[in-house]
Amino acid sequence: MTILVIAEHTNSALAPATLNTIAAAQKIGGDIHVLVAGAACGAAAEAAAKVAGVAKVLVADNAAYAHQLPENVAPLVAELGKGCSHILAAATSNGKNILPRVAALLDVDQISEIISVESADTFKRPIYAGNAIATVQSSAAVKVITVRATGFDAVAAEGGSAAVEAVSGSADAGKSSFVGEELAKSDRPELTAAKIVISGGRGMQNGDNFKLLYTLADKLGAAVGASRAAVDAGFVPNDMQVGQTGKIVAPQLYVAVGISGAIQHLAGMKDSKVIVAINKDEEAPIFQVADYGLVADLFEAVPELETLV
Amino acid sequence: MKVLVAVKRVVDYNVKVRVKADNSGVDLANVKMSMNPFCEIAVEEAVRLKEKGVATEIVVVSIGPATAQEQLRTALALGADRAILVESADELNSLAVAKLLKAVVDKEQPQLVILGKQSIDSDNNQTGQMLAALSGYAQGTFASKVEVAGDKVNVTREVDGGLQTVALNLPAIVTTDLRLNEPRYASLPNIMKAKKKPLEVVTPDALGVATASTLKTLKVEAPAARSAGIKVKSVAELVEKLKNEAKVI
Repeated sequence: MTILVIAEHTNSALAPATLNTIAAAQKIGGDIHVLVAGAACGAAAEAAAKVAGVAKVLVADNAAYAHQLPENVAPLVAELGKGCSHILAAATSNGKNILPRVAALLDVDQISEIISVESADTFKRPIYAGNAIATVQSSAAVKVITVRATGFDAVAAEGGSAAVEAVSGSADAGKSSFVGEELAKSDRPELTAAKIVISGGRGMQNGDNFKLLYTLADKLGAAVGASRAAVDAGFVPNDMQVGQTGKIVAPQLYVAVGISGAIQHLAGMKDSKVIVAINKDEEAPIFQVADYGLVADLFEAVPELETLV
Repeated sequence: MKVLVAVKRVVDYNVKVRVKADNSGVDLANVKMSMNPFCEIAVEEAVRLKEKGVATEIVVVSIGPATAQEQLRTALALGADRAILVESADELNSLAVAKLLKAVVDKEQPQLVILGKQSIDSDNNQTGQMLAALSGYAQGTFASKVEVAGDKVNVTREVDGGLQTVALNLPAIVTTDLRLNEPRYASLPNIMKAKKKPLEVVTPDALGVATASTLKTLKVEAPAARSAGIKVKSVAELVEKLKNEAKVI
């Protein structure tokens, strides 16, 4: 039984979500092959070869894969994966973009965002914004699955010594092309990989006030997130959104500042180990899930918190 | 240019769903049903393309029970020109839905197909990508901006860490993200007019599509509940607890 894991990477480095995806593959059991498809992606492939538990790394180095265009990458994955028992990818924006296209090319159903492996063919996944958990069983010849990173503890990034094998892929499908990207530049950790996340909600009142959170985050080595209300109000960009329609996080410590605690937000952070809520409304639903609640004006509490930590 | 929009009837986003006592699913008896929010954004985008003179006709399609005609009428009231219901009482998986949509695409030959990125019931986020694969078209998922230019469409996508823009050859598939637009409300005169717009009902059999699935839902459970903790009186007490009790900072 061979499990093909699609690496999430930046060509020069392996993204942390890949390690959680490999952890899910280990729970299923089988030879784990990792595909690194990219352009000048040798460094990412070397990093993948060092990951504990990986049997083989397949490298498809081709300009057509530089920006992970699904029209080019999906046929490669389908070709490499058709003899495998499972194809796994992290449920990142990239994994979600490519993998359903792979499943359709293989004429099989896909199982999205699993949070646990019950057996090689049975998995749990959240539905209805995390308000219910479904246990699903697949009889497909190839089980195509996206993995929610927060459901699995990452495997060690070091300790393996897998063989690296080059594979040739098809050329550019000629259906799409990359035009450009605007990626937020930040020295803070990535939201889904951070050990501490501090999020602001509508209570922040405007985008400038998020500086309070950035200052605190820099002191704690934390990432900064936001509720959908704060994003919809235009305070901060959408890629900071924590919730069912944004990022799903499960850090050691989650600090919710000026967030009321709508169901949609809770779905994105309720698996955090410790939750702190700071809100001046003592009736806010966020206090029902918080381990430590502080009823206070955030504009006084956050600066004070920053001086005390 | 003809635009096809796919919409799904789902539980209204304001409803707090409950798991059935026998763990066979969630209780949908007597709950309010609506058009999936991401599908509303898809309809709105198509209507805006028509208002700009880019789209000439908007066809809206839904795969679902007979009652999904309500959501199709809503889409017609918002500005779609005609509707197709592929009627199926069974709950279909994304691959089956994508195959049915492919059959509709073959028949209608749209230049652009717009879908929501995911439905808020099954949360799969698959159908648009699968339809793109089956049709052999390019895909622009999680769109926050859509611009048709000649024989291409430029789609700006919400990706982890920011935005990415891709140029897709037409015909193409686009799936909507939240910030693409803010859907309008249907006016009463438009709701009345929508009742007279054409709505065709077909069956999966008539489209020649088999809808069997390899997936079986064994059970549906409520998630583990998280209990409320304590209220602290001051920032100093909070820091003390985080350092000494929770040991997370």
